[in-house]
Amino acid sequence: MSQNTHVATEPHSLETLVSDWSTDQEVFKKVQWGKAMMWIFLLSDTFIFSCFLTSYMTVRATTMVAWPNPSEVFALTLFGENIPLILIAIMTFVLISSSGTMALAVNFGYRRNRKATAYLMLATALLGATFVGMQAFEWSKLIAEGVRPWGNPFGAPQFGASFFMITGFHGFHVSIGVIYLTIIALRVLNGVYDRNGKYEVVEITGLYWHFVDLVWVFIFAFFYLW
Amino acid sequence: MTTYTTIAEDTRPLHHPKTWIGKYVWSQDHKVIAIQYSLTAVGVGLVALVLSGLMRMQLAFPGMLEFITPDAYYQFVTMHGMIMVIYLLTALLLGGFGNYMIPLMIGARDMVFPFVNMLSYWVYLLSVIVLMASFFVPGGPTGAGWTLYPPQAITEGTPGAGWGIIMMLTSLAIFIVAFTMGGLNYVTTVLQARTKGMTLMRMPCTIWGIFVATILGLLAFPALFVAAIMMTLDNTIGTSFFMPAIISNNVALDHSGGSPILFQHLFWFFGHPEVYIVALPAFGIVSDLIATHARKNIFGYRMMVWAIIIIGALSFIVWAHHMYVSGMNPYFGFFFATSTLIIAVPTAIKVYNWVLTLWRGDIHLRVPMLFAIGFIFTFIHGGLTGLFLGNVSVDVPLSDTYFVIGHFHMVMGVSPIMVVFGAIYHWYPKITGRMWDTMLGQAHFWITFLGVYAIYLPMHYLGFLGVPRRYYEMGETAFVPESVHLANVGITIAALTVGAAQLIFFYNLIYSYFKGRKADPNPWGATSLEWLTPDTPPAHGNWGPDLPKVYRWAYDYSVPGAAQDFIPQTTPPGPDETPHDH
Repeated sequence: MSQNTHVATEPHSLETLVSDWSTDQEVFKKVQWGKAMMWIFLLSDTFIFSCFLTSYMTVRATTMVAWPNPSEVFALTLFGENIPLILIAIMTFVLISSSGTMALAVNFGYRRNRKATAYLMLATALLGATFVGMQAFEWSKLIAEGVRPWGNPFGAPQFGASFFMITGFHGFHVSIGVIYLTIIALRVLNGVYDRNGKYEVVEITGLYWHFVDLVWVFIFAFFYLW
Repeated sequence: MTTYTTIAEDTRPLHHPKTWIGKYVWSQDHKVIAIQYSLTAVGVGLVALVLSGLMRMQLAFPGMLEFITPDAYYQFVTMHGMIMVIYLLTALLLGGFGNYMIPLMIGARDMVFPFVNMLSYWVYLLSVIVLMASFFVPGGPTGAGWTLYPPQAITEGTPGAGWGIIMMLTSLAIFIVAFTMGGLNYVTTVLQARTKGMTLMRMPCTIWGIFVATILGLLAFPALFVAAIMMTLDNTIGTSFFMPAIISNNVALDHSGGSPILFQHLFWFFGHPEVYIVALPAFGIVSDLIATHARKNIFGYRMMVWAIIIIGALSFIVWAHHMYVSGMNPYFGFFFATSTLIIAVPTAIKVYNWVLTLWRGDIHLRVPMLFAIGFIFTFIHGGLTGLFLGNVSVDVPLSDTYFVIGHFHMVMGVSPIMVVFGAIYHWYPKITGRMWDTMLGQAHFWITFLGVYAIYLPMHYLGFLGVPRRYYEMGETAFVPESVHLANVGITIAALTVGAAQLIFFYNLIYSYFKGRKADPNPWGATSLEWLTPDTPPAHGNWGPDLPKVYRWAYDYSVPGAAQDFIPQTTPPGPDETPHDH
């Protein structure tokens, strides 16, 4: 502990940081190329989603018409009671749970437990598919109520435009993730990674999946809760 | 730790094609992909060059070429700008030079994911085809100006407001996908696949420039991607992201509440880093050209690297200096003017270091060196006018005049192109194994270098007079004196001359490829790894059975006491040599 504080206050600590980074051959030691590449891709993708969300906030601020109240628009009547945001709460719960099963899959992957890894990945894919299914339900409900990208009965036309664009782009990411997870899970099951020893692939898939979940948290916060 | 081999040292994953098509068409070899990228980029760049010649004809001799209608003129402006910035310069510097140089200069056998790299080229080609196809759709290509500002980009009356703009936005989105696939490869290769001894601080400046520029691209292109999607939605299904309530031809359009300024922010959040995506590889390459041909180590290597990184970081917080006249809060103008002028500091450091590298060097005025020195001139020139435009109060009267045209053509048109020419002459002997003709190269340099001054210097004068850019013709305007028409004729003659002089360049390259004399493997006596390959041109896999080992930085030129005036990076330190720890 005391040694750590010593390093942090060392006047040359910036220099050590630089020399650590500029070290021989590999910046991230023993890290698979695919894993490094996935991290960099996710950084780039973060900028895409940030631009989408910032743009949504900007048009929400510039539009002349009042913004629809999300708690009312995204309410469902269940058992005779009108519950705000209930569907989206379930969807969020499902997606966050899928991150849990994914994390377990990565763990079992490194323990070389072929079957547990594959089944947990398939469970993750199933939860993801459930999420997309519920999103399809949400879309069709809103469309039935007259929400369109160019206008809606509740208020500013940018509401529908941003909603379909952002959740659509995220849903596209989830769908790609479901396909990706299924392919990798089947390869795990077939023992491909037992033979070539590259169980990192499971972790790389996991990186993508956790990212898609994390983005959802931001969409949920900025679109549904605001 | 001694037994640990990196992934790069494992030669098994290398893909070995057997057929001619596998080697030269669907090739996964980074060198072939680089050539494919370069040829496509130069080909589409020639289209843009012809467009600029046509625009100059209209400006100097209005109405002489009857097919140049006002609509056609705006379409030429738009396509010229977009092609030059994105499809030529970005693709050539990163897809071309990045692909060719990264694995060779860091001692790798190929990019980390050759298949993705190959896809990157073919997707890029698709984006070029979509862009070129827009010349043939109903209404022609978009004439919205290369910045594509809404609402005019998609409202009735702008040429190509129907098909053209959709083709443009689609092509851009495809290009970004292609760039991302290539860019991920370049960054990962530099980070994870260097050879033994090649620390980041021993990499040649070329690689540093390309590396940082690629990171900029990966973080800046998303903004353009998002803007392209949103404008496509506005245009096709009638959303109102960028479209306010608007009356066009006496009809109220079905849009309301959108923000045209939002598009400008997104566009320039991409657009300004884009300037450095083009400039940083040029900075890096020119550093190596100058050091090699002046037989001196680059002055202040560490400073040069940090300047590249700092310029890259700062380039993300200056974008709104393109929007001083868009109706921004004046405090924003203050912030963006300040950050813009701060960028001048690391940039000036680089310029001083180039000049200090030349200082008392053993300068060989070979053709690549001529272009490198020419770059210093044009870049200082364009950089100084940038200080004018970076200040809000000076920019306001100069906005949208020919001063702006003169400025950015000098700084991000001519300057990177000078480096591109220098780099092609520099590496041509390695890439083809043949030597070009010196006389033709010199002629090419002098006509180009003097010619661009004849083109762009008068434009600054036109700008001071207030001559607006993007005008189809000046006509009888009170504040436009007769001298402007004279200057326009002169500029056009110079522009057509410079354009025609490029034929010398292409003749030289093509003739030398078949008939040039065999080149020495290391004709310039350079130190970096790409000159030390066992074969010239480098064979598939680049190195023989073993990867090269690096013992020193790439700038050991004219070391006192050394046998030659350069020490290759692979030479181990001598017994009484203190290793250069960079």
